Amino acid sequence: MAEWSLYEVFVRSKHGLNHKHVGSVHAADAAMAMENARDLYTRRNEGVSIWVVPSSAITASTGDEKEALFDPSEDKVYRHASFYQLPDEVGHM
Amino acid sequence: MYAQLVETGAKRVKSLDEMSPEERAFQERIDAEIKIEPKNWMPDGYRQTLIRQISQHAHSEVVGMLPEGNWVTRAPTLKRKLQLMAKIQDEAGHGLYLYSAMETLGADRDEEIEKLHNGKAKYSSIFNYPTLSWADIGTIGWLVDGAAIVNQVVLQRTSYGPYSRAMIRICKEESFHQRQGYQILLDLMRHGTDEQKQMVQDSINRFWWPALMMFGPHDDDSPNSQQSMAWKIKRKSNDELRQMFIDQTVPQLEFLGCTAPDPDLKWNEERGHYDFGEINWQEFYDVLKGNGPCNRERIATRKKAIEEGAWVREAAVAYAEKQKQRAAA
Repeated sequence: MAEWSLYEVFVRSKHGLNHKHVGSVHAADAAMAMENARDLYTRRNEGVSIWVVPSSAITASTGDEKEALFDPSEDKVYRHASFYQLPDEVGHM
Repeated sequence: MYAQLVETGAKRVKSLDEMSPEERAFQERIDAEIKIEPKNWMPDGYRQTLIRQISQHAHSEVVGMLPEGNWVTRAPTLKRKLQLMAKIQDEAGHGLYLYSAMETLGADRDEEIEKLHNGKAKYSSIFNYPTLSWADIGTIGWLVDGAAIVNQVVLQRTSYGPYSRAMIRICKEESFHQRQGYQILLDLMRHGTDEQKQMVQDSINRFWWPALMMFGPHDDDSPNSQQSMAWKIKRKSNDELRQMFIDQTVPQLEFLGCTAPDPDLKWNEERGHYDFGEINWQEFYDVLKGNGPCNRERIATRKKAIEEGAWVREAAVAYAEKQKQRAAA
């Protein structure tokens, strides 16, 4: 299977929801990857739409750079709605 | 258990103080129940143990199709045939989920399959027993898949993310397997002739002990377990899982109106568990070493499938290449 490429599979489970990564398949080309993904990941009505993407085309953050990459969002509590205290009289906002 | 006797390379478990800083950070992450993902640093022993365990698990799914395949053309009705084919297709799918998880560790699928073929990699001992009657298909679904479920439910919490996610997916599909198996037996016991009922009992007699062996050796004889438990690859010991399986299975056995081939099997009020007799461990090790009733046949069938399918894989590559050239022209 060395000559076949690896594809990552994303399935949209219901209309309106995001495609979600479900796993990977080997295939000779994208059309075959699509067919294999259908057979492997949607045998029980799991999806209404499939994306297959060559694994080599994905750029991922590495586990080790976690701190540097996500640090900027950690000290910004004012980005959350719960940071803003309002009087009860205002009601639900 | 679909993976038995997985070598960890560890003689004993290191304490946190003995570990290098990276190793220590890794162990603390595991102790905090944070999943390990492919790009995280991991000790080589952890990586190699997982490759061995996941590949053994994947091989078991794939070889596990063979005893069932024997009955596709012999299923008693079209309905049963369709159910059996759906189950076999699931097993192929489970093998693929697992090979994918294994590949995230840097292992090569072709190389691991080659290890299966040349005897370096194992698969579950259970698939080396023949399926002699239709009742065996029921018994395999009920007992063999039942034992696999007990193991796999726990493995959903295993420390390696891709393995854990594959297990979650597999567990969702597995309960259909067990229920269809039990229903086959129930049908035979309720509506069958005396001969058919006898066929069920005979099948249980043959598969009972091999099913219990699926969980692997006793904890005391399982030197690799401790390291696997420390790494949280394994979450419960072989003996714990075996006891869980027996406790949940005996009432189902009684409901069928059948018996187990174990005179020592009885409820122990004090322990709150069933007591059971000693497994024939010599048989277990013999089968694992390649001397079970069907070991050679199983591997020969796998090799033949790979060899005879070579032209299909080559043709697929040639076709893809041609399509690419046409699109470019």
